[in-house]
Amino acid sequence: MLLFLAVALVVALAALAGCSRAPAEELFAAGGVPEAPGSTLQVNVPPPPFSDGVFPCSSCHDPELKVNTKQRKLKVAHQEIELKHGTEARWCLDCHDPADRDQLHLASGEKIPFEESYRLCGQCHGEKFRDWRAGVHGRRTGNWDGEKQYLLCVHCHNSHAPRFAPIKPESAPVPPRRTESPAGGAER
Amino acid sequence: MRVLRSFLRFVSGSARIVLRGNSLYWSWIALLVTLIFVGARAYAHQLSTGLLATSMRDQVSWAFYIGNFTFLVGVAAAAVLLVIPAYVYEWKPIKEVVILGELLAISAIVMAALFVLVDVGRPDRLWHLIPGLGLLNVPASMLAWDVVVLNGYLVLNVVIVTWLLFTLVRGRHPAKAIFTPLVLFSIPAAIGIHTVTAFIYSGLSARPFWHSAILAPRFIASAFCSGPAVLLVLMQLLRKYTRFEIQDLAIWKVAELMAYSMGFNLFLFGAEVFTEYYAHTEHLVHMRYMFTGVEGHTEIVPFMWASFGCSVVAFVLFLIPRTRRHWVTLNLGCLLIYSGVYLEKGMGLVIPGLTPDTLGEIYEYGPSRGEWQVAIGIFAIGFLLFTLMVKVATPIMLGEFRVGARVASDAAPRPAGAH
Amino acid sequence: MSGDTRGALDCEAVDTTGCGRPGAGEGTVSRRDFLCAMAGCIAAATTAGCGEFTHTPFFRKHLRELSKEEIARILAELGKELSEQYGKPVTVGIDAARPGVQFAYALDLSRCVGCRRCVKACVKENNQGRDPAIEWIRVLEMDKDKGIDFEHANPYYEAEQVPRPGHFYMPVACQHCRDAPCVKSCPTGATWAEKDGIVVIDYDWCIGCRCCMAACPYGARRFNWTEPKVPAADVNPQMHYLGNRPRPKGVVEKCTFCVHRVRAGRYPACVEVCPVGARKFGNLNDPNSEVRYVLENKRVFVLKNELSTRPRFYYFYGI
Repeated sequence: MLLFLAVALVVALAALAGCSRAPAEELFAAGGVPEAPGSTLQVNVPPPPFSDGVFPCSSCHDPELKVNTKQRKLKVAHQEIELKHGTEARWCLDCHDPADRDQLHLASGEKIPFEESYRLCGQCHGEKFRDWRAGVHGRRTGNWDGEKQYLLCVHCHNSHAPRFAPIKPESAPVPPRRTESPAGGAER
Repeated sequence: MRVLRSFLRFVSGSARIVLRGNSLYWSWIALLVTLIFVGARAYAHQLSTGLLATSMRDQVSWAFYIGNFTFLVGVAAAAVLLVIPAYVYEWKPIKEVVILGELLAISAIVMAALFVLVDVGRPDRLWHLIPGLGLLNVPASMLAWDVVVLNGYLVLNVVIVTWLLFTLVRGRHPAKAIFTPLVLFSIPAAIGIHTVTAFIYSGLSARPFWHSAILAPRFIASAFCSGPAVLLVLMQLLRKYTRFEIQDLAIWKVAELMAYSMGFNLFLFGAEVFTEYYAHTEHLVHMRYMFTGVEGHTEIVPFMWASFGCSVVAFVLFLIPRTRRHWVTLNLGCLLIYSGVYLEKGMGLVIPGLTPDTLGEIYEYGPSRGEWQVAIGIFAIGFLLFTLMVKVATPIMLGEFRVGARVASDAAPRPAGAH
Repeated sequence: MSGDTRGALDCEAVDTTGCGRPGAGEGTVSRRDFLCAMAGCIAAATTAGCGEFTHTPFFRKHLRELSKEEIARILAELGKELSEQYGKPVTVGIDAARPGVQFAYALDLSRCVGCRRCVKACVKENNQGRDPAIEWIRVLEMDKDKGIDFEHANPYYEAEQVPRPGHFYMPVACQHCRDAPCVKSCPTGATWAEKDGIVVIDYDWCIGCRCCMAACPYGARRFNWTEPKVPAADVNPQMHYLGNRPRPKGVVEKCTFCVHRVRAGRYPACVEVCPVGARKFGNLNDPNSEVRYVLENKRVFVLKNELSTRPRFYYFYGI
């Protein structure tokens, strides 16, 4: 169990290094294999990226303690998380399961592991979810006629503030320039 | 065998003729040879560096060289079109100058071919165009068709001229039954070469400035003006410095035909201007680039207005009989019409067609020094070729150069003041 | 003409029947004899050496006229030459189109942020010249309120961050048209559409007339105005004869859908590198491919539709 966590942490750190809450920049090695329920689709997807030293959440959140389910601004912990994800209609516990913080929960109450967070995203973002499963939303690498590598929603989108931050573009092309030089001389 | 011997005497006699001349002649030759060297040196640099030595770039990938090519194909086509009044309408005063038109056509085609040679990125691969050896993409490619018709036209003219001169030089007259059809065939051939050249442009849907049905008629109309201008000047020079008799009437008739041709050209131009400016679609940008500039890019604007001005003034000068018949205004008109059409076919066709490019980018092109030098070298080659051919043809036409069993093959001595 | 009887260049052994004149005298070579003998020598040399000559680049025939053996030989020679030139093992393949495959490309305009990583990845993958810098993909920055308006598009935008507010980005490269005007206009047939739809150029056949560049409505083609330079360290050694092998001076080049990758089943480099997943590629004949999904479910359009070039490159709005 510890070994798994260690490996997951290493992979997560590597993933995080590449995916700095801006669009994913590098290829990922194949990892866990989640499937959409009812689908025979087998895809290679790396495990979800976890923030440093946070998981498992139950190390702080004792399941025995009473939960304050009122929507509020957090003061004791997690203040650094800026929630910019439909805050008019939802807050933390609409996705994080109040009873078991090591899991998420769907609108039906069904608990789902973090590895299946895409199902949670897909509840509201149905069209994107459908497109993601078809390979049209999000980045894929690999073979058009064979094995492909997907990414989870959370590999590119920060679930608390999913909108991409702008990035620095690569350099512009060089505009065409005349090379005025005497015949026989060197050009630019 | 006798024919071969006569031919060899024709060749050696011609060589003697071109090697004989007064100081004016030799100064002219020296100038041309110098310019050819300048061009050759610039081309050698271009060969080693690549076409980067020109100012062409991806955005404006055809420019000065192709503009000159297009203009010269027009000259070649028009020169031969003097044939129409001579042979179709049996207009005697022009008959003797038909051959001069053909000589001009040959020189123009050679120059046009040279401009293509210097424009291609891989001149060592031009053999790829030879059907059989290479692969000529007919019927799809208009450029491939142009290769066919231009070479065919060159061969036609060389055959006609060589045969005519060789026949005359032996004191005979060419058999009308063969000669006349050949010459008459050069009429549709001339229209054909310039139409196919126009189709290279007008077939390109990517370039809305060119993609117009009116382009081919405009090419013919503007060609009719430019080619004969050179001939008019030449005819005046010939009758002044040689015993060549050319009636005033012939010269004036040619000028009159040029006037109508320019009138038609201006009409077609007006039609284009109306069509673009009235509806002012996105495609207007190319014409605006020519006449008012776009986004501060105004480099070709003065030239376009100059071209228009030259064309209109020349039109008027040739239209009014008094100015047409006055030698000063006639020659001024020739200069103006030549310049006007040169600017129109070069800058006024190729550059605006490619500026802005297909993705809206504007690259302001202007020929590099190397391009100027290569172009001057090519024009010098053409002028040299034309000079040498005319120098040989004139005494033949005048009966002063004959070969045969009895007649000496040297040209008769020139009167004083002639070349 | 020493009397040495080795090989086909032995002129004395060349039959000059009919050329020699009786009574020419010993020791003298008449002008006619000499000319005839030279002609014989040249003829012999040509027939003996002809096989050699046709394999040098100068005499090479059009690719589609070469036999399989000749092509294999050319590729091996090319690989060797390039390996020496770049100091690393280079292989040049010529994978053919797979039967039943029709490639198509779809680009999500709602996602492209104009970061140009596709441009740079393409340059590296396809060994494009660095000086002058050639880039097959051109990203146009456009105004949202003007829509797709090429006249006001800007490929030279510089910004600290993209996307810039009020702008959207449209990368343009070869559209691999089904009815390509460039293919039609090429006078030597140096460019053509392969069976899987990729429009390719035979760099050893192109004469550099740039008719195709005039004909292309999308500004997709680039010309090698001078000898292109690719630093050896940056060379991608997996090459395709019709794709990313280094091009000579004076020929045209353009996007090939990464023919060396896609015919091995992989995505093109631009598709893989795009950080926002805006680029989709696949086989239109495969009902499960991403491109089929896009064409069936999204609003797609093509550039300059009115020109009826029928591109294989579609733009769509994912959102």
